[in-house]
Amino acid sequence: MPSHHPSEEMLMDYAAGSLAEAPALLVATHLALCPECRHRVSAFEALGGVLLEELSPAPLGAEALDAVLARLDDPAALEPPPRTPRATVTAAPATPPRPAPLLPEPLRSYAGGDPDTIAWRRVIGGIEEHVLPVARTDFKACLYRIAPGVVVPRHTHGRSEMLLVLEGAVRDRGMRFGRGDVSFADGGIDHSPAAEPERPCICLAVLDGPLRLTGPIGRWLNRFVKL
Amino acid sequence: MSDTRSDEGRAPNDLLLAVARGGDRAAFSALFRHFAPRLKAYLTRLGAEGALADELVQEVMLTVWRRAGDFDPAQASAATWIFTIARNRRIDGLRREARPEIDPSDPALVPGAPEAADRAIETSQDTARLHAAIAGLPGEQSELLRLAYYEDQPHSAIAERTGLPLGTVKSRLRLALGRLRRTLVDE
Ligand SMILES: [Zn+2]
Repeated sequence: MPSHHPSEEMLMDYAAGSLAEAPALLVATHLALCPECRHRVSAFEALGGVLLEELSPAPLGAEALDAVLARLDDPAALEPPPRTPRATVTAAPATPPRPAPLLPEPLRSYAGGDPDTIAWRRVIGGIEEHVLPVARTDFKACLYRIAPGVVVPRHTHGRSEMLLVLEGAVRDRGMRFGRGDVSFADGGIDHSPAAEPERPCICLAVLDGPLRLTGPIGRWLNRFVKL
Repeated sequence: MSDTRSDEGRAPNDLLLAVARGGDRAAFSALFRHFAPRLKAYLTRLGAEGALADELVQEVMLTVWRRAGDFDPAQASAATWIFTIARNRRIDGLRREARPEIDPSDPALVPGAPEAADRAIETSQDTARLHAAIAGLPGEQSELLRLAYYEDQPHSAIAERTGLPLGTVKSRLRLALGRLRRTLVDE
């Protein structure tokens, strides 16, 4: 079970429906790996139900109920299909029992498959990325594949960075983050997370605002890369 | 007519189960009369105006009718279940974004401990405790909780609307959550 969880406010915002798509993707993927946080989110949904009960009713038109009753059996009034991420899911080959996929849903559908089947783009030596389709452009969501032992150049953030580790582990600011763990770096934090030396690390990153490299090499790299 | 009147007095959970079992239109009408005006208030606070709010309320209630079979009183109260439908409808209909959600049948999902058999009773006790806990919060804290559920950019919008510094909003929300925690999570 993960030991680093999203903050309680973030779980509440996810339950309330006010979290933007990119951080909601990170929270939902953590939930797939963390029954404890699923329990917390259910509790926040119960709070939403109680608050709904307590709202002062707003009157509807007199014909509103009749209008709905008239539509109950109308097959054309079926609700719109749920919005699915733009990436298409590669059909699973019909082979008998396979190991569970590395990426849980909803992340797997956003990525279009598991890490060994999707396209990666080299960012800098030892770091590759796969950008994920999310609605808003003020967030960036991507998968990073970091080679064993590689240190992400020192950087600070315009606003914030969230990482969810999916494979391997990251060390950052004296802590270890393994599968399912969430690391949160606020705007002002200057840090350089590193993949553990034993194996590559795959993580989901959600960046809110631009990211700036701060070390001397990083400042030079800023001109070439957009992490 | 007498049927309708007696339905009005029934608990929302029972009404929803009656809809699930047999497509009971009288029960559905009673649910509508109870929830539709609250859903309209909810969607209006989130920015749906006039006819759009009415249309979204209709869509939420149609979804309630069609998906009633999925309602499980061991998992959530009727109000909670309807709240999640309205929440998803507003993300899709007002914000035009997808809502990323787990897939309970995903082989990569880490299963939780099995639920106790009397979970439905616990769920209704939780609901009663939550109502009481919210009523017991200081006014400024319960108002912040409401804003957190009825705003799209919760924390910064709350700061703007209340004129409080963002740090104060966050610490007051944390206080409110701390007071609710025993009710929400630990019991
Ligand atoms: Zn967790």
